[in-house]
Amino acid sequence: MVSVRMRSCVLSVLLLNVFYNVVSSLYFHIGETEKKCFIEEIPDETMIIGNYRTQLYDKQREEYLPATQGLGMFVEVKDPDDKVILSRQYGSEGRFTFTSHTPGEHQICLHSNSSKFALFAGGLLRVHLDIQVGEHANNYAEIAAKDKLTELQLRVRQLVEQVDQIQKEQNYQRYREERFRQTSESTNQRVLWWSIVQTLILVAIGIWQMRHLKSFFEAKKLV
Amino acid sequence: MLYLRLSCFLLHVLVVFGTELTFELPDNEKQCFYEDLEKDVKFDIDFQVIAGGNYDVDSFVTDPLNNVLYNEKKKQYDSFSHTTAMKGVYKVCFSNEFSTFTDKTVYLDFRHGDEEPIIQTMTAPVALTQLESSCVSLHEILKVVADSQTWYRLREAHDRTKAEHLLERVTYWSIGETVLLFVIGIGQVMMLRSFFSEKKGSVAAPT
Repeated sequence: MVSVRMRSCVLSVLLLNVFYNVVSSLYFHIGETEKKCFIEEIPDETMIIGNYRTQLYDKQREEYLPATQGLGMFVEVKDPDDKVILSRQYGSEGRFTFTSHTPGEHQICLHSNSSKFALFAGGLLRVHLDIQVGEHANNYAEIAAKDKLTELQLRVRQLVEQVDQIQKEQNYQRYREERFRQTSESTNQRVLWWSIVQTLILVAIGIWQMRHLKSFFEAKKLV
Repeated sequence: MLYLRLSCFLLHVLVVFGTELTFELPDNEKQCFYEDLEKDVKFDIDFQVIAGGNYDVDSFVTDPLNNVLYNEKKKQYDSFSHTTAMKGVYKVCFSNEFSTFTDKTVYLDFRHGDEEPIIQTMTAPVALTQLESSCVSLHEILKVVADSQTWYRLREAHDRTKAEHLLERVTYWSIGETVLLFVIGIGQVMMLRSFFSEKKGSVAAPT
């Protein structure tokens, strides 16, 4: 009896959360041929889930309505080495997932696949976007149902995931610090060498100029 | 029944509402983000400029009636909190219109607490056992740790971008100055020689 009620409670909570995720997200406007890119700097083996929903401005009703089925968004994800790891077209509502294999800045780009300029009718497309990274991407209601966890076990599982994410981020920080240090040391070296080389060049040019002019004037019998 | 209420409470607490985005803002452009919020909702906006030019950006926040709630020019990073007075669409905009050729990369964190009323009606905190309440406090602390890591990651990205620009500029300047030195050194000698070559006739006369 209790388990049935609990299950219905879990379902209602799940539905509520889904509802909230669909309704409450940040949105922005995108032009017809415009490409909007977002950068996510993440450690490796981190999952990213992106949800988007589009709305098109309807001139007759003067409000934003869900876009027609033909209008889709093209999603392209590039990894830190500029290699494309996801390049797919989704419908007017979509959900894309990818897991990073190298740490660094990943670029998520969205643009509409509309080729008919009349479709936008001079208006803009409204895109609701929600990107969840790492531990936030986990769907705990689903995990609880699948592994049949009690609430306390679920809570502990979430803590474990959070700590995992923190540890990955710290490893990434060590990697970034090394890169930063290499850049600084390169700069230091280059400045040092450049100062020495510049001094030598100046002295050499000075000497060459004087000797050349002296021989020139001697040849002209002015000295 | 208590168990049921607890489960609902815990499951709700597990959901996090907020959006973090890092986007590029090309020069002479403005980018706005909108969020539909209820009345009496507290929202927090954090932003940081992590790359580009002087690492600053103009920003403003307006409420559904277009009243300006926050307006700052050329800020590198800032934080803004507000409790909504009305239901509607709130807008946060970033402008790079003052810059002629540098693109900026801006990090935005928009958090709002829609779910709080639901938790309060579900159960009272006193119903949690010690184990559960320590789990809750651990979760909150870990959230703070994760936020702090994000802050440091952004500062590090900012500093690393600056260091890479410095390296680039030092390299280009070194090459440029080498070329300039040679050109000037040889050019001076050539010019002097050309002065004396023209006046050859007149100089030779006195001797």
